[in-house]
Amino acid sequence: MADFETVTVETDLLICGGGMAACGAAVEAAYWAKKHGLKVTVVDKAAMDRSGAVAMGLSAINQYVDLNSGDNTLKDYVDYVRNDLMGITREDLVVNIARHVDSTVHLFEKWGLPIWKDKEGKYVHEGRWQLMINGESYKVIVAEAAKNALAEADGEYFERIFITHPLMNGDKCVGAIGFSVRENKVYVFKAKATLVAMGGAVHVFKPRSTGEGFGRSWYPPFNSGASAFFTIYGGAEMTCQEVRFIPVRFKDAYGPVGAWFLLFKSIATNAQGENYMQTRRPELDNWEPYGKVKPVPANLRNYLMLLDVEEGKSPIFMQTADAIKAIADKAPDEKAAKKKLKELEAEAWEDFLDMTISQAILWAATNVEPEKRASEIMACDPYFIGSHSGASGAWVSGPEDVQTGDTKNEYFWGYPNMTTVTGMFAAGDASGASSHKFSSGSHTEGRIAAKAAVSFIVDNNAAPNVDQAQVDELTETILKPLETFEQHKGATTDPDINPNYIRPKQYMYRLQKIMDEYAGGVSSQFKTSDKLLEKGMELLAFLEEDADQQAAQNLHELMRCWENVHRTYQADAHVRSMLFREETRWPGYYFRSDKPKMDDDWLAFCNCKYDKDANEWTMSKKPVKYITV
Amino acid sequence: MPSFVIPDKCDGCKALDKTACQHICPNDLMVLDNDTMKAYNQDPQMCWECYSCVKICPTQAIEVRGYADFVPLGASVTALRSTEDIMWTVQFRDKNVKPKRFKFPIRRGVEEGKAQPFDHYPTGDEDLKSPTLMCEPDGLNTEIGPVTIDKVLTL
Ligand SMILES: Cc1cc2nc3c(=O)[nH]c(=O)nc-3n(C[C@H](O)[C@H](O)[C@H](O)COP(=O)(O)OP(=O)(O)OC[C@H]3O[C@@H](n4cnc5c(N)ncnc54)[C@H](O)[C@@H]3O)c2cc1C
Ligand code: SF4
Ligand code: SF4
Repeated sequence: MADFETVTVETDLLICGGGMAACGAAVEAAYWAKKHGLKVTVVDKAAMDRSGAVAMGLSAINQYVDLNSGDNTLKDYVDYVRNDLMGITREDLVVNIARHVDSTVHLFEKWGLPIWKDKEGKYVHEGRWQLMINGESYKVIVAEAAKNALAEADGEYFERIFITHPLMNGDKCVGAIGFSVRENKVYVFKAKATLVAMGGAVHVFKPRSTGEGFGRSWYPPFNSGASAFFTIYGGAEMTCQEVRFIPVRFKDAYGPVGAWFLLFKSIATNAQGENYMQTRRPELDNWEPYGKVKPVPANLRNYLMLLDVEEGKSPIFMQTADAIKAIADKAPDEKAAKKKLKELEAEAWEDFLDMTISQAILWAATNVEPEKRASEIMACDPYFIGSHSGASGAWVSGPEDVQTGDTKNEYFWGYPNMTTVTGMFAAGDASGASSHKFSSGSHTEGRIAAKAAVSFIVDNNAAPNVDQAQVDELTETILKPLETFEQHKGATTDPDINPNYIRPKQYMYRLQKIMDEYAGGVSSQFKTSDKLLEKGMELLAFLEEDADQQAAQNLHELMRCWENVHRTYQADAHVRSMLFREETRWPGYYFRSDKPKMDDDWLAFCNCKYDKDANEWTMSKKPVKYITV
Repeated sequence: MPSFVIPDKCDGCKALDKTACQHICPNDLMVLDNDTMKAYNQDPQMCWECYSCVKICPTQAIEVRGYADFVPLGASVTALRSTEDIMWTVQFRDKNVKPKRFKFPIRRGVEEGKAQPFDHYPTGDEDLKSPTLMCEPDGLNTEIGPVTIDKVLTL
């Protein structure tokens, strides 16, 4: 096997990931690090300009609380998030992001992001909390500010380094290890504090398209559970691992529906033209109090739609033509109506071109002109994200100043956004129980976590103690798939079929089949049960054993092998947590058919923790305590 | 295959210090064939059709053909990105539909590369333990908002 060089990088703060949260962290950390003479290092598996969920761009900033308009309060935002997650929310974390997010958005504008404005110079809202943007270069701009900040503070960034594991010294995190996907190099990062911001996970479950369109999941195929693995493997307590996010989007290409529902006020109907949000309204009584709030929680909206689908009432349509007509009809005369129509058409297409270009191709290929006819929508497959409308992630400390006497001992342990592992911080998709942070909120949370991490370093300014034996052992583990391939490739005439190993793609299919069939994937319409989950765990255990026998032909495949390991830990935490929570709380995300109702006893967080030395998981129930009451 | 390379147009980025498409793909899919000096997508099934490679290619050698397992043939969406805006052309399968063209701005007021990260607003205090982030509290306000925020709020 080819020789690998080991590159060692020593730093004060290590930021893993280069997405929205990591870029926020880089800017904020650089600002404070410069004042305190500290070094900040960012490491991303891809190129920061186009890495992570915002690679393609976005058409809206989904979190802007607009406090200085006087229209909204922090409590309004917290109420919205808590209800959408059926009560399971860390209000202290949500408030912390919400009180800072407006300043982040204002900085985006200063950095050159075009935010739509009306004649009076006010931002154009898509919905109450959402702003419209010309966001093709959203990520490029945010990355540029991050890189410029690092340059001003003598920091550095590495691209195309895939982080595999945390480095630990007892129960303290002292950095991370990974490898270059370009050259034969293993990278060892030694750090006084480490901030995890490597996004969420997709392709844990089988996607709907399994041919060429496999990669067209709503969530980007390059986010593969690195944050979850890093925190789980480091021994951090995890939360909301049972919560998956399943958005409803335009069918097959997964184009966004937000502009249609919120900006154009469109409705969705079943094939008979019935609006399931009205015909199925009585069902919402079963999910009180959340069934009665406005807007109806996302998972309940999914659920009402899925009930129609199960009764054979699909296709489900977004009534785009009706919506556009209703807006154009309000114009004072024909000329104005025509102008308005043209505007709406451009807005509708830009919505796709800015963030899901595939949907524009699909509309063009099926001759859809939205002003003329309706388009199909459908629930996607399950994703794991701590941002957007998901909640899974690490259990982190909240800020001290918003705690009540009752919440402080549960939710505060020294540094905002520090996980239960000393020196390990998490933000964006990596931190849990603080949903609805989206692009702007993730960037904001990265900033909060970074300032806290700098404060931690100043308080604990000792060189990280990294044990060489651990580095050697991990290096061997990380490179093993290359070794396995080299060693056994001659045993058969077809490199894909070899009894000595499993190729990463087949491994991924195996994981997806287990999750799809036992853990409530697409093919069972998101239904599972205790018995199915137990069986799924049995099969996952075999898979986990076989992870050691993955084979990689090159560095790209080596990355695929490790993505699979990361996904597998996410899957494991998910299955265990669904089994632990003996109720159904988010029926449109998953349904436990043996416990079909919501149960007040479970108005609690389901947390879990992994002990890598004993290979054991511990589940625990943590109280939900609100700070708004 | 989702993103594909037109051989006549691809020059292997010979004049650049790195292969642009390979540098940018968030999923590490674009690679340069060292024999032909042409790029290709090594695993189209993992392509998100994010167009990052399309937008960055200096010779416009990369296009996207919709996923063959659910997109009918014959349509195309092409992008031409400059430093200030992006031009899109959407060609329908039905050639009787006039191709749609759109131009959208991609940045405003700040030249490419010049995003200055700090100092847009003063930072209220230097205390690492306070909730004040860089540029706060002033940065929480807009020029036209009626309510002035003079400290980071709690509930
Ligand atoms: C399709 C879609 C549409 C969305 N629409 C909107 C919207 O309209 N408005 C809005 O505000 N928000 C939207 N969001 C949400 C928003 O994009 C996310 O909330 C935000 O990007 C989360 O930030 P993050 O930093 O946690 O993750 P990301 O931004 O995804 O960044 C993850 C980073 O980790 C890196 N990484 C991953 N694995 C590794 C590894 N092993 N080693 C090193 N680096 C690694 C990646 O390369 C990337 O840089 C959308 C999200 C999606 C998926
Ligand atoms: S960026 Fe364009 S010209 Fe350069 S290698 Fe890729 S396809 Fe060829
Ligand atoms: S479209 Fe995006 S994911 Fe596909 S090859 Fe190009 S850069 Fe990579």
